[in-house]
Parts: sequence; structure tokens; C-alpha cells
Amino acid sequence: MGTRDCNHICDESSPGIGEAGRTGEWRTLMPVIDDKKCTTSRLNKPTCFLCWLYCPEAVITKGIPPLINLEYCKGCGICSQVCPVQAIVMVHEEKTAG
Amino acid sequence: MAIQRKANIHILDGNQAAAIAAMMSRVQVIAAYPITPQTPLTEQLSQYVEEGELQAEYVAVESEHSAMAVCTSASLVGARTFTATSSHGLAYMHEMLHWAAGARLPIVLACVNRAIGAPWNVLNDQQDSISQRDTGWIQIYCRNNQEILDTIIQAYRIAEQVFVPVMVCYDGYILSHTEMPVDVPTQEEVDKYLPHYKPHTVLDPAKPKNYNLVTLANPRVGVDGKLCHGYMELRYLLQEALQNSKEVIVKAGKEFNQVFGRDYANVFWEDRNEDAEITIVAMGSLAMEAIVAADMLREQGIKVGVLGLRVFRPFPKSEVVQALRKSKLIVVFDKNISYGSEGATCSEIKSALYGTYINAAVRNFIVGLGGRDVKARELVEATKKAIASLKETVVNPDYPEWICEI
Repeated sequence: MGTRDCNHICDESSPGIGEAGRTGEWRTLMPVIDDKKCTTSRLNKPTCFLCWLYCPEAVITKGIPPLINLEYCKGCGICSQVCPVQAIVMVHEEKTAG
Repeated sequence: MAIQRKANIHILDGNQAAAIAAMMSRVQVIAAYPITPQTPLTEQLSQYVEEGELQAEYVAVESEHSAMAVCTSASLVGARTFTATSSHGLAYMHEMLHWAAGARLPIVLACVNRAIGAPWNVLNDQQDSISQRDTGWIQIYCRNNQEILDTIIQAYRIAEQVFVPVMVCYDGYILSHTEMPVDVPTQEEVDKYLPHYKPHTVLDPAKPKNYNLVTLANPRVGVDGKLCHGYMELRYLLQEALQNSKEVIVKAGKEFNQVFGRDYANVFWEDRNEDAEITIVAMGSLAMEAIVAADMLREQGIKVGVLGLRVFRPFPKSEVVQALRKSKLIVVFDKNISYGSEGATCSEIKSALYGTYINAAVRNFIVGLGGRDVKARELVEATKKAIASLKETVVNPDYPEWICEI
């Protein structure tokens, strides 16, 4: 079966989660949030959320604590850069084989 | 089938004919930037919109690049769009011309052919549109003002069937600023011929779509599980659309005859080519001058015919071969030059003949660049020179000859 069956005549796709595959596999550095430093977690109420706001992949939840979806986090490190209390550090991760 | 209809003759220049054609095609969005010699066309269209004669959005943009970007966006959301430009304006549009074709949007562009600098020159040749040959647009060239009006109307019919943009080219000043009788159809006739534009791209917030995002080389599976085109499959489809468009162009020309009584059932025009031993090939208004040259040569007993190319992209290879099958000598006049090679139409003719049983000599002359007047007697002299050259040993000269005073 060739691609003609998709019936598109120009590039066309529907937006969806993981449309470009599991982009988390692209990551070399992994963000780790220290809940003891994170303002939202520390105060236990919705504040700050700069990491959620700035994440270009929209993979950080606006919750207490904020959670990062590592299936799709590409490890760009923007959350770590914008965190005003340095609660997010980028660490080398050991990927398990397979 | 010839139809009986009352002619409605107006004396119009080429730009007026183009403006009337765009208006009668009920274009909904026009985005253009004025440039000589296209300017009166856009002025006329903005006046139609301003006076309420044409229900359209006229977007005054800051550049031709933006003009084509506006047309692309408007066409994508379902509007019939029109723009016009010349020379440097078309060159400035170059990137977006690729985009319009790649996105498969049926935009119609009137290119009022003008020379390109350096040095500055506002007069006619066809270097501007020939330079955009490989952008994926259909290119049709007009011989006179009636053809300008008729071709723009046909262009929408063609573009909206094959989803390829169409460039309607006509010579600056020679046609754009020269008045001649033009039969103007009624709005009812045009409405009968042109159905509403049905876009292949539908933007609906309830059913969001991505169009023309970063597309990698290989096909990939979309969220719905379907295998979707990679970049290369999309390029294949554009080529396939142009290949198949020839049939649609001919059909649109025949159907035009059924409504308007003027036949465009062929991709080029022929004049006395049936018994011709020598065929002159030219494109645009130059083909009309070639007819006068053929008259003069026939008076001298030389059997000359003319092939006036109308459709340059897709290039009608098999039809050209069929038309040239009896010619012993083919003399190609080009108002453009592919530097370091030869005229663009000459290359096409030679390419079409390769591998056929036709073994005619082909001679190429570069003429009329930057508005240099092309006289029929010069075409006669060049044709005679080509005849004389058949006695020489060089079968296929590497480079064209120029009709100029160097």
C-alpha cells in the first residue's frame, strides 16, 4: 500500500498527542523537579507555574506538584532555565536497553 | 460545436482586458503591489472594489512577496484569489510561488512580461516568467488582448480542477498598453462557465488540521493510523498534477468554445503549418509577428508555417512533435535566454524531438530583449539565414544567434 490512499494532495495531518512519535526518545538530559524547592509544591497552592507556561512541548502539568510527561519531553531545559528558585535540574539519564 | 452569440466589442488594452476577466471571474481576494507595466491592471481592480462593482477584498500589501502570501492564505481558506505582477515583482514573489504550488492552491496570477535588471529596463521580454519556470505553476502565454481575457477566465476553471496555480503571461506594452477590439462576455456566460471554487483544504475549528508543516523525507503514519505522504510523494503528486493538467487545459478550452464561441482546444496555435517545410516557433505576441514574417516568406515561394506556443508548462511534448513532423527546419525565436545555454523554448523543442523520427534542423535566435523592437523583416532575414546555414557542416550549433547590433 502506497501513500496515495491517504487522499491528501498537499501535506495534511490532524493534530494529536505524540503525532511526531515518542519525542522523549530524543532527550539527552532529563529535567528533575525538586519538590522541596518548587514554590508551588512548597506552599501547596497554585502559584508560579512558569515551567508549565514556558514548556514549548506542553508536557508539564499545572498541578501540585507540577509533573513532567517524560514520554514526550525532549529535554530542552527551558523549564530549568525559567524556574526562579532553581528547583529544576537537568541530569544525565541512563537509558535502559530495549 | 459553434454557438451563435452577439459580439460585445470593446476597445481595450491588455491590462483592462485582464481586469475585466478577473472581475467577471468573481475573484474574492486580490492582493497586489503596483509595478510597471502591470500597474493599470491593479489600479483598475482596486477601483472596481472601491466603487462596489466587484465584491472582493483588495489587500494593499507592502511587497509582491506579501501579495503572494496573502493570496496563499486566502486561497487556503476557500477564497478565489487573483494577483498580478511583472519583472522584479515576480522575482520578489519567487519563494511564495513555490509555496502556492506546493500547497496546491488554485491562484491565478497575471504576469505582464517585462525585462529584468541589471540594468533597469521597464520594457518587454519574457525573462521574468521564464525564470519562474520550475516553481510548479502552469504557464499560459497570450497572443492578443482577447486571449488575455479568455485565458484568465479559463485559468480559474483549470486551476480549480487540478489544484495547480496558473500564471497567465502577456507581453508588457505590446499587449498591456495597446488597445485592440475585445469581445467582452456577459456575466451570465462567465457564471455558466465557472463553477464556485471548492477548496481541498477546509479549516474548521471543530476539526482542526495541520497544513504544510515540516514534512520529512519518508512517509509517516498520522494520528488516524493512515500512512501519509513524505516530502517526495508530495513533489511527485505536483508533477503528476501538471502532467495530467494538459488534458484539463484542452477540455477547458473546448468547453470555453461551447459558451463563448471561441475555441481554445489546442495547447498552441498553428498558421499554415500543414504544408510547411519550415516552421517558425514563438511564444506570446511574437507569434503574431511571425505570422507576418511567414506571409513575406510565402510571397517569396518559401513554404513557412508558424507554431505559436500557448501552454509552456506543462510543456506539450507529443503535440509539438505531431505539429512539427513534416518540418525540415525549425526556427525558434526566444524573448528570453538561459545564460550559458540557449532560449528556453528552443531547449523544450529540442527535448521534445529527441528520440522521435523527426530529424529536422533547429535554429535558435534571441530577439526583442528589453523591449527591442522585433520587425517581421528581421524574422524573415533570420529564417533565410537559418536556411542558408543548413549547407554548413555544423548540425547543431552550441549556442543561439542574437538579433542585435553587437
